[in-house]
Amino acid sequence: MDALLHSLVFYILAFIVLGSAAYTAFSANLVRAAFSLLFTFFGLAGLYIYLGADFVGISQVIIYVGGILVLLLFGVMFTTNVSGQGTEKQTLQMKWGILFLVVLFLLLIPIAFITPWSVMPDAGSKALESSVSPIGVGLLTKYLLPFEIASLLLLIALIGAVVIARGEPKVRAEAAKEDTSAL
Amino acid sequence: MAVGLEHCLVVSISLFLLGVFIVMTQRNGIRVLMGIELILNAANLNLIAFNRFLPNTDVNGSIFAVFVIILAAAEAAVALAIVLAIYQQFSTVNLDEISSMKH
Repeated sequence: MDALLHSLVFYILAFIVLGSAAYTAFSANLVRAAFSLLFTFFGLAGLYIYLGADFVGISQVIIYVGGILVLLLFGVMFTTNVSGQGTEKQTLQMKWGILFLVVLFLLLIPIAFITPWSVMPDAGSKALESSVSPIGVGLLTKYLLPFEIASLLLLIALIGAVVIARGEPKVRAEAAKEDTSAL
Repeated sequence: MAVGLEHCLVVSISLFLLGVFIVMTQRNGIRVLMGIELILNAANLNLIAFNRFLPNTDVNGSIFAVFVIILAAAEAAVALAIVLAIYQQFSTVNLDEISSMKH
């Protein structure tokens, strides 16, 4: 009964993840696709926690749902002109894409099952405990250099995103001039 | 039937392929970014599944997944900035129409 419940949780989460990801792939409406990505990320957070990675699951909710998805929605809202929606074809080579998808799926699935992974004999009963403290210790000992480089990278990305998104100085000067002349 | 490594691999393969499919077939730049996020998440799921089921007691898989999430955040911010800059220049995010370096 307990094992059945465990599997049921996994299958429900996997269904949520794959269903909403498929909706993102095949939906014609960009805003709906972005919102269905929300369910994908939440389902994935559930899967991470199910697999014993609690810290990653919480990070997933905070960073993906709270950060990246909001950024994507900003991008959607900024760049979609509502009047032009649906007039042009949004996709290309759909037929070949689906063919590629099916062929690659049929190639990769057998690999996952044939390869003799050195799995623990009774992995299901592996004791699960909080991974927060080992991750903290690991980040400040074994992975200290990557950790510092990641912080530097985030700073670079922060500045770079601002510099790229604010546009050319000349364009801004012209826009400011138009603003003053309009007044 | 107990959930094993293979179940997680099937989910992650499907997620990865959906991401690749989005990247290949969508014309909208923001859609393509969504596909990239799906691919990164499929990789994360793999890392965590292997960390769970292989005979080890450390959390290296989780730490790698955290780094992947950090990189995904940086990537999303810069990529969205680039998409917005492209939209300012070309008034479209259709990747087929953006074919010149100079506008």
